[in-house]
Amino acid sequence: MSRVDVRKTHKLFIGGAFPRSESGRTYEVTDAKGEFIANVAQASRKDARDAVLAARAAFDKWSSATAYNRGQVLYRIAEVMEGRRDQFSSEVQQAEGLSTRKAAQQVDAAIDRWVWYAGWADKYAQAIGNTNPVAGPFFNFSIPEPTGVVAAVAPQDYSILGLTSVLAPIITSGNAVIVMPSPSAPIPAITLAECLATSDVPGGVVNILTGAPAEVMPWLAEHADVNALDLTGIVDDAVAADVERQAAGTVKRVRQPQPHANWDVTPTLSRVRTFIEIKTVWHPLGI
Amino acid sequence: MSAPGSGNTDYPRPVSLLPTRSLTDTSNAGLKAYLHGLPGVDAVGLEARAATLATRSVKNESKAWAIDTAISMVDLTTLEGMDTPGKVKALCTKALRPDPTDNTCPSVAAVCVYGDLVITAREAVGDRIHVAAVATAFPSGRASMDVKLMDTKQAVADGADEIDMVIDRGAFLSGDYAKVYEEIVAIKEACGDAHLKVILETGELKTYDNVRRASWLAMEAGADFIKTSTGKVSPAATLPVTLLMLEAVRDFHTKTGTKVGVKAAGGIKTSKDAIRYLVVVNETVGEEWLNPDLFRFGASSLLNDLLLQRHRMRDGHYSGPDYVTID
Amino acid sequence: MTFEYAPAPESRSVVDIDANYGLFINGEFVDPVDGHHFKTINPATEEVLADIAEAGQADVDAAVAAARRAYDKTWSKMSGKDRAKYIFRIARLIQERSRELAVLETLDNGKPIRESRDVDIPLVAAHFFYHAGWADKLEFAGYGPNPKPLGVAAQVIPWNFPLLMLAWKIAPALACGNTVVLKPAETTPLTALAFADICQQADLPSGVVNIVTGAGETGRMLVEHPDVNKVAFTGSTEVGKAIQRAVAGTNKKLTLELGGKAANIVFDDAPIDQAIEGIVNGIYFNQGHVCCAGSRLLLQESIAEEVIDALKRRLQTLRLGDPMDKNTDIGAINSQMQLNKIEELTKSGEDEGAERWSPNCPIPDKGFWFPPTVFTNVTQAHRIAREEIFGPVLSVLTFRTPEEAVEKANNTPFGLSTGIWTEKGSRILWMANKVRSGIVWANTFNRFDPSSPFGGYKESGFGREGGVQGLGAYLHVEDPS
Repeated sequence: MSRVDVRKTHKLFIGGAFPRSESGRTYEVTDAKGEFIANVAQASRKDARDAVLAARAAFDKWSSATAYNRGQVLYRIAEVMEGRRDQFSSEVQQAEGLSTRKAAQQVDAAIDRWVWYAGWADKYAQAIGNTNPVAGPFFNFSIPEPTGVVAAVAPQDYSILGLTSVLAPIITSGNAVIVMPSPSAPIPAITLAECLATSDVPGGVVNILTGAPAEVMPWLAEHADVNALDLTGIVDDAVAADVERQAAGTVKRVRQPQPHANWDVTPTLSRVRTFIEIKTVWHPLGI
Repeated sequence: MSAPGSGNTDYPRPVSLLPTRSLTDTSNAGLKAYLHGLPGVDAVGLEARAATLATRSVKNESKAWAIDTAISMVDLTTLEGMDTPGKVKALCTKALRPDPTDNTCPSVAAVCVYGDLVITAREAVGDRIHVAAVATAFPSGRASMDVKLMDTKQAVADGADEIDMVIDRGAFLSGDYAKVYEEIVAIKEACGDAHLKVILETGELKTYDNVRRASWLAMEAGADFIKTSTGKVSPAATLPVTLLMLEAVRDFHTKTGTKVGVKAAGGIKTSKDAIRYLVVVNETVGEEWLNPDLFRFGASSLLNDLLLQRHRMRDGHYSGPDYVTID
Repeated sequence: MTFEYAPAPESRSVVDIDANYGLFINGEFVDPVDGHHFKTINPATEEVLADIAEAGQADVDAAVAAARRAYDKTWSKMSGKDRAKYIFRIARLIQERSRELAVLETLDNGKPIRESRDVDIPLVAAHFFYHAGWADKLEFAGYGPNPKPLGVAAQVIPWNFPLLMLAWKIAPALACGNTVVLKPAETTPLTALAFADICQQADLPSGVVNIVTGAGETGRMLVEHPDVNKVAFTGSTEVGKAIQRAVAGTNKKLTLELGGKAANIVFDDAPIDQAIEGIVNGIYFNQGHVCCAGSRLLLQESIAEEVIDALKRRLQTLRLGDPMDKNTDIGAINSQMQLNKIEELTKSGEDEGAERWSPNCPIPDKGFWFPPTVFTNVTQAHRIAREEIFGPVLSVLTFRTPEEAVEKANNTPFGLSTGIWTEKGSRILWMANKVRSGIVWANTFNRFDPSSPFGGYKESGFGREGGVQGLGAYLHVEDPS
């Protein structure tokens, strides 16, 4: 007689903890064939509000950690994920209907991508920042700083690799993020949350809100304490346009939708660049 | 036309920023704490301010006035090893009547000579202009206190009514502020009624912070004038360093009510330069200082350039070296 | 005897202002299709300088079409090396005609000739010179081995540094291979039109640069034109938000450089005399019409009284008057509209209880003028501490500790620039690290350079202009993800 399994309650990930939605709502997630998998928490605007608070609180500490420290934390995420390779593979396979091999490849690529970004943490400043040879007796340097709190929509497919590719570049530079994973394939995101919770990532640096981006993103777009939006996973142009119009009210930096990006290829630094601010400092050179 | 804000009656006289304590302890420790407590000077900012002031354009009747004022502020100087009584007499004649073709031209403020030629100079100028003597082992200042005192007293006895002393830069740079202070106090006493200019030799002090400290040290010790340079070391007077010294004088006046003069010496060759200095005086300490009792130029060739410009304004065309005397 | 300096006017004869100007489209000056014109005046005298064409929809369409044609047929096919040479030509022509351009700028804008001559125009030439050199080196700029231009750029600029803002926009756009349609501000079109003449003298291919004069409507039409690939705007935060809304949902790339309310922070160990100069320069340079102006003076409380007194003493020597006089420090306010805004906000300062002071400045009868003004006893809650006045009005607040200074400096939706005055090196760097602004000036203020990226945090905008970072706004990078 086969064992009765213990089924997981899939909750939100806010401030390093796993609360249910304050609205109490859930929605059904099915596998690629339409079979029921689980009831997953459906985030509300109040959850979004709480996530912003958690993200803002975490931002100060995360952004003032040394780059070396951040790099080590990102690497640890990869370590913890490695240990859960099989779990991720089967969840990705279930969610996206991929073959075992393709699912495993996607998971491996995602883990390797965390490693790639871990290596960037203490280097991108050298690629993006510099001194400037101004025409006068001044020392002048430009440095990248994280923009603050970012609200992101992960791609609809590539449930772990797409999510990683959106998430990692945002936090590498010290930002805190609220990310909404693919509504139809959120389970790998929740497993990722568990990895984050056990890998030295300070609570609030990454917040994962499962649910409907079209419902929640407008609240985040208007929220005056969110600095930037990543609309990568939005497929509906009209929704993206509305959200961006709302974001204009507080001059947020907006990364445009890119729902069908090629996640398999090594990225450029473009995503890191989007969510940093360049600060330029002048000081006289004198005796 | 643009006019400056005027009406300096509408705001309270500024309480001096620097320093906030009085100088009561003139031991070396006390002086060090006092002087090192003065605010720093940002070199780039100071030089930028001087450069902006140098863009002021002074024309027509203002320029004519500035030229005459500058002439009246010149300490006509000869400080050469090869100076002779003949040279000094020629200098004095020119000092009294700079332009032989025009007796509306003002006299200079003073002649400036080595101590052993004071008698000759005083005989030549009578009481009409000042006779300033350099003293205290000018220009190096490296001699014993007795020698420096003797140098001073002799010059005063011979008829100098102004003494230009040098500070001990070695003592200053090694932090022996008390020695510098006490020397100035002693020389001031030896001057009797003669007024004392204290030469900081800014070219050897090197940093603007040092110039600020030396300025305050000299003023607290009783200087009537602070002077930039001996003219024997480069750089001598510059617009930024003079601006800095004028700021010190301004703040000292606010703090104590005493007006100290400033003399810019060495390296000022053209009327354009001289007018720039007057602009700096005007916009830093104000009109009160725009007279020979509170501002001087230590110069020799400057006088001829001022005369050439004076001719140009008078005659409407450019003049030439044949129309001014070589001494 | 007061040493007055006497009037020292720059000669106007170096400029030749036409009675009327057309639009510069496809390499030629053409009349606007609807025939509408407006006037541009000298704000110091209210004298009409010229009639300016007002571009309507048909004109904007023609300009964008010309830019598109030039991009497709000529400019995008040209090597970086050749593009560089055109831009170098432009830089040299600007240097050659610098006196004329400075006088023109002063007449149209109202800023003192000393500033347009010594600051604006030299920087304009420098911007073109700097960016010319990038045109054939883009593969080294950190945007991948083959960065491409975006296409047609629509650029809308403000009236405070007319030709300099034009340079900040056009130089990088051209260097990266884009063509442009630029709309100068309606009160200051003349130097942009002179620039068009310079493009002709440089034999720049027709349509690469187009200048459409007009007001807000023209700008809106330009920004909303469907065949534009990139929008760059410098101006008020309010209009910036409207543009971001208008551009949402299109594929247009956007950069914004908006308003500011910068904190100029002075510690008790600041080099005081230079700090005073920095304060004065920070808010009275260009009559305070500067987005990065140091409009909030944050004084350490322990030295506040002395600094304010020294500041007032210094303000007595500022010379306000004829902008064409070489000795003028403070020129005219750019327009009646701007003057009204300054007056309204200044009055709010008095109404809300701050103390107002100005030196006694004789004000000319004609033209738009506002004396340099200081408000003391200002706190964060006053309107004059929060809203951008864009005039020669300084609000003075105090702080007790470095942390408090940082908090107050950052406590604003803006984030363009910050000034820090202290002799302590570690504190300079600590403060620079903590303040949330795109520019930090430590022991200096209002320094600009084409190699130095400029732009804001938060509602001061996004994107940078200048330096290698500024190129990114005008490049399209093959981005798999």
